[in-house]
Amino acid sequence: MKNLRKIALSLAVMFGFAGYIHQLRGDDGIKVPALPTTNTSGQTTGSTTPSTTTTPSISGGDDSSSEDDSGPTGNQTTPTPTNTSANPSPTSGSMMGGQMMGQYRNGSYTGAVADAFYGNVQVRAKISGGKLVDVQFLQYPNDRGHSIEINNYAMPLLTQEAIQAQSANVNGVSGASATSYAFVQSLQSALQQAS
Amino acid sequence: MARGTATIMTMPVVVDIVDPTASEADVIAAFNAFRAVDEQFSPFREQSEVSRYGRGGIAEADLSSDLAEVLRKAQVTKEETEGYFDIYPSGRFDPSGLVKGWAIQRVADMLRSRGFQNFYLEVGGDIQVAGHNQDDQPWSIGIRHPFQPGAMVKVLRLSNRGVATSGTYERGRHIFNPHTHQPADDRIVSLTVIGPNVYEADRFATAAFAMGPTGINFIQRQPGLEGYLIDRSGQATMTTGFDDFTR
Repeated sequence: MKNLRKIALSLAVMFGFAGYIHQLRGDDGIKVPALPTTNTSGQTTGSTTPSTTTTPSISGGDDSSSEDDSGPTGNQTTPTPTNTSANPSPTSGSMMGGQMMGQYRNGSYTGAVADAFYGNVQVRAKISGGKLVDVQFLQYPNDRGHSIEINNYAMPLLTQEAIQAQSANVNGVSGASATSYAFVQSLQSALQQAS
Repeated sequence: MARGTATIMTMPVVVDIVDPTASEADVIAAFNAFRAVDEQFSPFREQSEVSRYGRGGIAEADLSSDLAEVLRKAQVTKEETEGYFDIYPSGRFDPSGLVKGWAIQRVADMLRSRGFQNFYLEVGGDIQVAGHNQDDQPWSIGIRHPFQPGAMVKVLRLSNRGVATSGTYERGRHIFNPHTHQPADDRIVSLTVIGPNVYEADRFATAAFAMGPTGINFIQRQPGLEGYLIDRSGQATMTTGFDDFTR
């Protein structure tokens, strides 16, 4: 039963992600590899939501490249909305074809650097048990060098804060992110090496 | 209660009606209304009215009442936003920054005229909610994390409001600053606006995003609007009433 739930959750994440990417890319969709459920924030087993997000949730100290061979973690804290109304199914059947779980060679694969318009994204994919079990951000757009200049634009009474990632069950999500598309590009290039 | 999702105008469209008398026919009627807007207003369809108008192929007297209304609203919005709302964002006629919210608003009106009071309508991240969700709670809407796919940075709880987010990556096109005709200031990556309805949220989010970092000050000055701006260093600035919607 637990495996069935994992598969169902994997499919939900894949559809959600594929639908999201389809939204970004339009009708000439890229071939998105089906993404088995994974901690896309790259955290190790057992951790929940990251508390700060101006740095990647994986840092050098986080040992996500351990040799643990146990496959996808049981702790599924995928932050995508779980209400299915926010995740339409993809219209392109090609997103599913030939990329199902179990097709990859074990190991860690570094994807190409992808352009997210205001910065670069590069990921490393870890395959264990033939499946994608972890994704690390090696590069991400977070240009702190300009933070002093940016700080000065707001009216004095407006509150400012560092954004923090949350995972939550929500009815819907507002917003789009260039990083997501670049993330998929870099991940796809890593998975191609693992195929 | 009836719910459906579709891809229209290359974007995910979600229609979720909680009222018990809602049926699939109501959801389909909503989808059809969005498809009709796409046929008429898509700048990507060569024969849409918007494309033909953009090519100069329609006399003023022959404009449909819908397009005439959109053009009027665009002019008003431009005046209300110090010229930052622009329907020629890259020199080409494209009223999408207003049409999305306008279309959702019209479908919301259609649902209300059918007697529904509790629903969620979305086109590509622009959302109108009415009443409560199926748990009898205000609708919960996350604001997407600009750097971490799948993560959110805030959760809003809304009823009878609209929310729209303008971002650096808008359907593959860059947002332009209409005053300079250069790509908009890239120091900011995301601006979410909550308004009394999604039409107001959408048009002001579009305009304020083109202003760059001071867009949040503009939203602060508008009564009835709240905003959350994220810059590329991961710092957010919020208007003074924004947090009322996160409790």
